[in-house]
Amino acid sequence: MMFGKPVFLITDVLIFFLVFVIILFFAYAMRKPHLRKPWRQVVRSKAGVISIMVLMLYVCIGILDSMHFNPKVENSSKDGDIQYSGEIQSVFDLIVSDIRNSTEKTYSAPFAAYLFAKETVQLEDGTKIREHPRLTWGGAHLANPELEKGADILRLAITGLVKALVVWLVLMTLLCLLLSVRAKKSFFAVTKNIAKGASDIPWRTIAVTLAVLLAVILVGAEWAAKYHVLGTDKVGEDVLYQALKSIRTGVVIGTLTTLLMLPFAITLGIMAGYFRGWVDDVIQYLYTTLNSIPGVLLIAAAVLMLNVYMGKHAEDFASLTERADMRLLFLCLILGLTSWTGLCRLLRAETLKLREVDFVQAASAFGVGPTQTIFRHIMPNMMHIVLITIVLDFSGLVLAEAVLSYINIGVDPTMNSWGNMINSARLEMAREPVVWWSLAASLFFMFTMVLFANLFADVVRDALDPRIAKS
Amino acid sequence: MIAYIIRRILYAIPILIGVNILTFLLFFVVNSPDDMARMFLGQKHVTEEQIEDWKSERGYHQPLFYNAEEEGVEKLTQTIFYTKSVRLFVFDFGRSDSGRDISFDISQRMWPSLAIAVPQLIVGLLVTISLALLIAFFRGTYIDYWAVVICVALMSISSLFYIIGGQFVMGKVLRVVPISGFEDGVFGIKFLILPVLIGIIGGIGSSTRWYRTIFLEEINKDYVRTARAKGISEQMVLFKHVLRNAMIPILTGVVVILPLLFMGSLITESFFGIPGLGSYTIDAINRQDFSIVRSMVFLGAVLYIIGLLLTDISYTLVDPRVRLN
Repeated sequence: MMFGKPVFLITDVLIFFLVFVIILFFAYAMRKPHLRKPWRQVVRSKAGVISIMVLMLYVCIGILDSMHFNPKVENSSKDGDIQYSGEIQSVFDLIVSDIRNSTEKTYSAPFAAYLFAKETVQLEDGTKIREHPRLTWGGAHLANPELEKGADILRLAITGLVKALVVWLVLMTLLCLLLSVRAKKSFFAVTKNIAKGASDIPWRTIAVTLAVLLAVILVGAEWAAKYHVLGTDKVGEDVLYQALKSIRTGVVIGTLTTLLMLPFAITLGIMAGYFRGWVDDVIQYLYTTLNSIPGVLLIAAAVLMLNVYMGKHAEDFASLTERADMRLLFLCLILGLTSWTGLCRLLRAETLKLREVDFVQAASAFGVGPTQTIFRHIMPNMMHIVLITIVLDFSGLVLAEAVLSYINIGVDPTMNSWGNMINSARLEMAREPVVWWSLAASLFFMFTMVLFANLFADVVRDALDPRIAKS
Repeated sequence: MIAYIIRRILYAIPILIGVNILTFLLFFVVNSPDDMARMFLGQKHVTEEQIEDWKSERGYHQPLFYNAEEEGVEKLTQTIFYTKSVRLFVFDFGRSDSGRDISFDISQRMWPSLAIAVPQLIVGLLVTISLALLIAFFRGTYIDYWAVVICVALMSISSLFYIIGGQFVMGKVLRVVPISGFEDGVFGIKFLILPVLIGIIGGIGSSTRWYRTIFLEEINKDYVRTARAKGISEQMVLFKHVLRNAMIPILTGVVVILPLLFMGSLITESFFGIPGLGSYTIDAINRQDFSIVRSMVFLGAVLYIIGLLLTDISYTLVDPRVRLN
């Protein structure tokens, strides 16, 4: 182990499991023409490829942030054995360790070289004056920030852009080479085709999106190495770092909630529709009852009880991170509890329809048992409903997290999340002048993820829903 | 019709019993009253007497289901299950953990909630339906395309942003209306404008898109084509035929939430300092007042079931094709 001893939090394991399932699904779907067709439609739409690329960026950060470990303690190998600190870090923390460790005293504005608040400073000759002191990290390399800052920011931006251009050119050349080999055409013909936007898959759109993303990442990285790009918060922590760390929380809530509720929704929905009779009555009763409690109140009640439970069993959690992780998992479970009913109802209705279809009737006429009929004939025919639900629910869940954290029934207060950022920043709007960056950063990061998730959901629904596909 | 309504009401009873048992399990079985007392009084340095006092003050000292110390029927009635859960069916919410009468608080606090929710619903419906109809009129054009994109973008913005942004721009920068507060009577209107406006703007994206889909579904139907073939102008088709028929799914969708308007909106009310049921619930959550949260869960379920009932009835009223069986 290079950096330390790996730690697997429960949500990490579930996230990797989810990634594994998704890869397995696509590996399987790509070999079946009827499953491949709708996804081809997705990657052929411009909105589809743009949103896939942006979401991939978010998900990659989320996955990197899910690889946790106990870092190695420096200078600990006196007698050969290595000691690990109890603190839990992620691989992503390692990548952005610069801005992670660059804390200031308190608030500072984006790109500031001075602290936001005035402080009493003692000069060398003993006189005290009140002024904005220099930041310990942000813009510390400048001798005279007032004069040099603008030029320095511009210089860093240009460096970033040049780097982005180089990376982009390399990637695009590789792509064109690959395409030309596959299509057995000349390199220039393929490049020209892409530039004209005449290709089947919108490669030109992909190229432009890639350029924009690379520029944003690399220019951002250049800036972040010298400044607090989005300022610092009350305790002087970098806001950009917080916003990036919050991505994992958002991704976990958006995906795991659905993953956790899927087994219940699928099993119960299919059972209700297939067996009918008293099974149907019981399951319908179950979801009508759960559904009739307003979601927020059910979540509030469950989280209150969770607080009591965690207070009682405080010693069960080895560290704060594990405790927060457990709470995140519970939140996903509770959110899943309130959201499985919709999918369950859809699946029940679809099963009712499917069991009367000829091929299912034929299967039972041949003596195929219910379990086999369900697994072979019914489940595969409603996977599109499940997939559409997964992508449609994602954005709603991310938004819900923010609202729940605001009313203190969301994720653990120690966990980085957009909801917690908004919650702690909203009082700062009353300050004069306004401390807006924390709020703006969390809202912007959340907005981009939700927007592209919504666009992606639309494209996927259009491609998968047979009713839309026909018309 | 009456037989149908009675049957539907009878059907609601087992669901309410289910909700009641669920909340009881959640509040008293998952965690014992002892745990709640410890939580409320602070984790450490709590004596047994303090816990007993806390419990008996609030009536949590009784056994859960069966009280062997009492005589006759009291064996069942002098229990937490009876006093705290069964009494909810007659809307006896009892006292909150801080000692206030919950029923009285609810009857006081539902009016401010309604003062926000009703105008927001009516004006919001008018605005979104008009917008959706306008988009449907331009269907298939660039206006339609970009309107949908804007709707998706509006949907993607957190409701917290609308509230914080609205308070900042209208209250702090422009100083048109007060940032938060509430007042009874006519002068209270100035406090209502901002929350109502923000509620409407926050809902525009998703509702407009949803209504547009309903309109488009209706526009593609045969009777609309017939109407057009007869030479009726596009405006006539939209207003006379499409709008009227599309109102069926729209209005029945609204009927479900009508009773829930009493509950108010948690976020809006707490941001704007409106003394409605929403902020009541939030305060209870923050103060860990289990009695109030339990009462609100039950009340919410009752209102939701009433909403479902009203939906079914309204379907039979507006759509003659629906039969009662």
